[in-house]
Amino acid sequence: MKLSATLFIAVRALLRNKMRSILTMLGIIIGVGAVIAMVGIGNGAKARVEAQIATLGKNMILIFAGSSTSSGAKGGLGAAGTMKIPDAFSILREVPGVTMVSPEVRAGAQVAAGNQNWSTLVLGESEDYFEMRQWDIVDGAAFSDQDVRSANKVAVIGSTVAHQIYGDNDPVGQIIRVRNIPFVITGLLKPKGNSLGGADQDDVLIIPYTTAMKRLTGATILRGINAQAADDADITLLQEQISALLRQRHNIQPGHEDDFTVRSQQDIAEMATAQSRTMMYLLIAVAIVSLVVGGIGIMNIMLVSVTERTREIGIRMAVGAHGWDILLQFLIEAVTLSSIGGLVGIGIGFGTTQIISRMAGWPTNVPPVYVIGSFAFSAAVGVFFGLYPAKKAAALDPIDALRYE
Amino acid sequence: MHPVILLDSVSKIYRSGDVEVHAVRNVSLQVQPGEFIAIMGSSGSGKSTMMNTLGCLDRPTLGRYLLDGVDISGLDRDQLADLRNQKIGFIFQGFNLLSRTTALENVELPMMYGKHRLSAKEQRERALWALDLVGLSKRTDHTPNQLSGGQQQRVAIARSLVNNPALLLADEPTGNLDSRTSVEIMDAFQTLNDKGITIAMVTHEPDIARYTKRNVVMRDGVIVSDILVADRSNAKNEMRRLDEEQRAAKLVK
Ligand SMILES: Nc1ncnc2c1ncn2[C@@H]1O[C@H](COP(=O)(O)OP(=O)(O)OP(=O)(O)O)[C@@H](O)[C@H]1O
Ligand SMILES: [Mg+2]
Repeated sequence: MKLSATLFIAVRALLRNKMRSILTMLGIIIGVGAVIAMVGIGNGAKARVEAQIATLGKNMILIFAGSSTSSGAKGGLGAAGTMKIPDAFSILREVPGVTMVSPEVRAGAQVAAGNQNWSTLVLGESEDYFEMRQWDIVDGAAFSDQDVRSANKVAVIGSTVAHQIYGDNDPVGQIIRVRNIPFVITGLLKPKGNSLGGADQDDVLIIPYTTAMKRLTGATILRGINAQAADDADITLLQEQISALLRQRHNIQPGHEDDFTVRSQQDIAEMATAQSRTMMYLLIAVAIVSLVVGGIGIMNIMLVSVTERTREIGIRMAVGAHGWDILLQFLIEAVTLSSIGGLVGIGIGFGTTQIISRMAGWPTNVPPVYVIGSFAFSAAVGVFFGLYPAKKAAALDPIDALRYE
Repeated sequence: MHPVILLDSVSKIYRSGDVEVHAVRNVSLQVQPGEFIAIMGSSGSGKSTMMNTLGCLDRPTLGRYLLDGVDISGLDRDQLADLRNQKIGFIFQGFNLLSRTTALENVELPMMYGKHRLSAKEQRERALWALDLVGLSKRTDHTPNQLSGGQQQRVAIARSLVNNPALLLADEPTGNLDSRTSVEIMDAFQTLNDKGITIAMVTHEPDIARYTKRNVVMRDGVIVSDILVADRSNAKNEMRRLDEEQRAAKLVK
């Protein structure tokens, strides 16, 4: 029998029981829809995280004072008072592959100019910081190594702060008062947007770390060190070398834990995606369960259908249908059911992805391989779960089937 | 020339639990090409059982059945299906049309499973030809529940003829029909038989049996009589007579 004719019979049989067909497809629709939505949203979130990780800079290694494992007890990363400026320069000197370092100091501070004021984050960094983070200065210039050495009262202003204080006016060359100390603004930073944690990275004022220590914190300890690795460096190896060096410098005995934490950009990316990956696996599990349940639903309905149509099967056999023709007819019916379910599921998955991405403002991306894959999988579910009912139909004896009431 | 049908000591025994029903007992029968036989007998005498065996829908429990010289016991399911498709036209006691399917599609059904793949257009043309043969060319798009019993029976006949079978088997083709329609069906059969198709038909009614050439009577699964019809009725003449009677009746009114 021709395949097209078989397909026609299958579709017609399904259309005769529209509601039943739709309900049967539901499991597959939900399963495939979940897969597509999950992939779309997951990929969108991942792309967003990657974009945010990229705002950290390039080949960055972040060294925080304080241990990560007992950070709670010690008051969080950057709280331990053991990281000093010479640590930063010895890393630059002694760890080959580290190309730049910037000792980091942080303070929250009230900044003001004229009658405008704003509470922001003041970062003390070295002159290399801007290059390390690939943070362009759109107007003016960064402060110089000379400014750092002399602890000059100069600042580079983030776009959010600039907007709050100066509105649309040019901030470069203006005087800004930080905790009432006047600083000259040398440059305006290009906006970077939100960080992974959701903080506005442009709500910042960056000054030389020397100035920050002398004028704002009044202490000699660092919150951490930003280091940049060479493009061809083995980041993991660098991290180990940095750890070893700092342990030695801080006189930490074997068996005692670090009083610092070294994280690469990659580590941070992985931590950020680990959570969404767990979510993704969960959804995959839901999708698979739903597809299997959908498959069982198809099997159930196909068994009912075979029983209902026993006489029809008998008639077809009586006029010359082979077992194979009957098998194919019911198999195609099951596969049609599951494939249409798959297609509808793909549509619904796409729709959900679009809605969620629009609401969350994420980019979305469903790679074609997932679309093709989930369609193929739903068709395969039809074959797998349709085979038993179809075989049962094909094995009927014509005369028994004709006598069936 | 070998017989179309050769039953050699055929028995059919149904077993349900411990009970054995001997529906057909040790029957031997030969039907030559071009014959037109009626199988008669009371209800439960084994007529349908024998027809199902002749139609290769069922296998004999004992004995041999040679169809056109071929012993069907040596054939597998699919080969039997091909025989049913190519050589035999079967008309069932209860029509057995596909419901919710048009007359035309019902008639096309055997061609869908045919060895020779016909195009959709050829299938349609052949089906229309067969429906025309039984006088149903105006009802091709009707489904069985939109057709009268006689019309359904004629769809079933058209279906049985569509693959040009050598042997036509009909189980009570006139069972549910009025006498006028029955004569029409017999006319169709006589015409087909004149063209050389061998026909075996089950019937209860002696009147109908007289349109055939040979009458076989069964009782309790055994053939008890097998006679040639001496004074054969002609369906065309009978129809003419019925028409005249009707006209006369109208005139009297
Ligand atoms: N599948 C079956 N299982 C058991 N017994 C059966 C089966 N089919 C038929 N029989 C029995 O075989 C006998 C012959 O039945 P069959 O249908 O051949 O009779 P028939 O001559 O066609 O009767 P009718 O004129 O009523 O159609 C009956 O006694 C019937 O009960
Ligand atoms: Mg019968």
